[in-house]
Amino acid sequence: MSDFETVAATENQAARRGPSGEPGTPNQIGAPQKPRSLAGDAWRDLRRNPIFWISLTLVVVFTLMALAPGLFTANSPNDCLLSRQHAGPSGGAIFGYDFQGCDTYSRAVYGTRASLLVGALAALGTGIIALVVGMLAGYFGRWVDAVLSRVIDVVLGIPLLLAAIVLLKRVSSDSQNARIAAVIFVLAILGWTTAARVVRSSVITAKEQDYVAAARMLGAGNGRIMWRHILPNSLAPAIVVLTIALGSFIAAEATLSFLGIGLKAPTISWGQDIDTGRIHMREAATPLIVPSAFLALTVLAFIMLGDAIRDAFDPKLR
Amino acid sequence: MFRYILRRLLQMVLAFFGTTLIVYALMFAGQGDPIQALAGERPVTAAQRAYLTEKYHLDATGVGGFFYRYFDYVRSLLQGDLGQSLTGRQIGDILQAAWPVTLKLALIALAVAIIFGVTAGVIAGIRRASIFDNSTLVLTLLVLGIPTIVLAPLAQYFLGVKWQLFPPTAGSDPTFYALLLPGIVLGSLSLATALRLTRTSVAENLRADYVRTARSKGLVKRRIVTVHVLRNSLIPVVTFLGVELGNLMSGAIITEGVFNIPGVGFNLFRGIRTEDGPLVVGIVSVLVVVYLVSNLVVDVLYAVLDPRIRYE
Repeated sequence: MSDFETVAATENQAARRGPSGEPGTPNQIGAPQKPRSLAGDAWRDLRRNPIFWISLTLVVVFTLMALAPGLFTANSPNDCLLSRQHAGPSGGAIFGYDFQGCDTYSRAVYGTRASLLVGALAALGTGIIALVVGMLAGYFGRWVDAVLSRVIDVVLGIPLLLAAIVLLKRVSSDSQNARIAAVIFVLAILGWTTAARVVRSSVITAKEQDYVAAARMLGAGNGRIMWRHILPNSLAPAIVVLTIALGSFIAAEATLSFLGIGLKAPTISWGQDIDTGRIHMREAATPLIVPSAFLALTVLAFIMLGDAIRDAFDPKLR
Repeated sequence: MFRYILRRLLQMVLAFFGTTLIVYALMFAGQGDPIQALAGERPVTAAQRAYLTEKYHLDATGVGGFFYRYFDYVRSLLQGDLGQSLTGRQIGDILQAAWPVTLKLALIALAVAIIFGVTAGVIAGIRRASIFDNSTLVLTLLVLGIPTIVLAPLAQYFLGVKWQLFPPTAGSDPTFYALLLPGIVLGSLSLATALRLTRTSVAENLRADYVRTARSKGLVKRRIVTVHVLRNSLIPVVTFLGVELGNLMSGAIITEGVFNIPGVGFNLFRGIRTEDGPLVVGIVSVLVVVYLVSNLVVDVLYAVLDPRIRYE
């Protein structure tokens, strides 16, 4: 997963720049219309970008699928009959049946929930850690920054997949919720560094602004300045990075489940289904292709959405 | 320069102890009864128990005992003694047989990334916003977004099983041809990243002052690009590819598992599947060291290649 993040981080410092909530440029006297803010400019660019609309539609569809899978398929994913093993399409099963005789399409639809849940909560956890660490390091500077930056360096130096394997091997519980929680925890604890760096640099920019000096002169304490003035202005770049991270967390969860150490049955997850489909690909290919397509589309949707928003906010890149 | 290397080295030592401590603490410490865990379901006699307690210093308890055993583990790790897997083979022997295969696969992947990624990146950087540029950007986004667990089995199915262009699996002692498809799959991620890096870097350098100087001197475009721009643009790409070689050697778990290539990643894949704890810990420990060392080498190389980087 971190591959995309490294690209995102090295290729451009996108999110470091433009805080979206920046107060609009002062009105020029005699200007015929209100000047557009950075956010307004970005929105105008986004509206014309087909990739933005495609990925947004996909994100909405998959979110709906996670919330109400019954809307997309009438069949139960757990209604499996060995007598239908690898049978062709029939009834509601538009892609036929898999090795266990379960409806391939229905399983893919019901698999959305676990993937999105893990991705979203891991991104949320990452966001919280990144905001706290990045805010403290960026705002206080000096030794706080030195210590936290070294911590970021060390965590960034840990290969994600290897560390996740070691951490998850310790989780012996097979209960559904415990495994989901474990995967979310592992991804969040290992994946927050890129976002923390982004927050740190945008906090450093934001704290030099005049409105921060003004707030300080009015007697605001550190806590109030961080919460009321700096946080809103460093949130936008973090959200962009987190959207992309959400996509990579979904991919990471699927990879762990594929290896057999992430989510386990009875939780339905694409990673596991891809693994089963892969083993039986010579008999029937759809049980491999359908969950693969669902996974690839979901990951791509989030990554492209984040990419499009970032491009809109940072015109320098184009 | 010397101070930079020293500082970077200290940082790596810190990261090494940090990660091995985590690995060790998670895998070995805090278990109920390690001797019983070693024996599995079989009974342990009092003599065996006494022998193992003596051998692994299990009688020392508390924090002191924990660190004593941790340093014991680090010492044997540094001496190359990784212990035995549950199947009774020496993990060192398993790795010795696996390294050449993994290295071969990583080199193929790297070659794919260099030949296609860097070339396309240079063209895209020169012709910015052209059709070629835009289509490579979309393509790389697709490659970066599609996880390996989707790419590898699908490539295996379509190119190996259905259209039979490549052998679908490699097996023991694989030929170059059998490693080609896995190499391309493995290298596609680095290809996409290398392409984007080269593109950004070339495009940025084309706007640099020295390019304008070269142009006003009357140099032809070909010479400006090949001599002036490329030299400066490839610095980040070279360092990226260096890190990538380390990554590829350790990150081929999925690809090697899917294509049945008897490399390091495949052994880790199998160790996870067969719940072979010692094998997993042994391989992960070694891979972490490989990863850290390759990162260090690349950082130093970066400082040597690019004098603009400050060493402090």
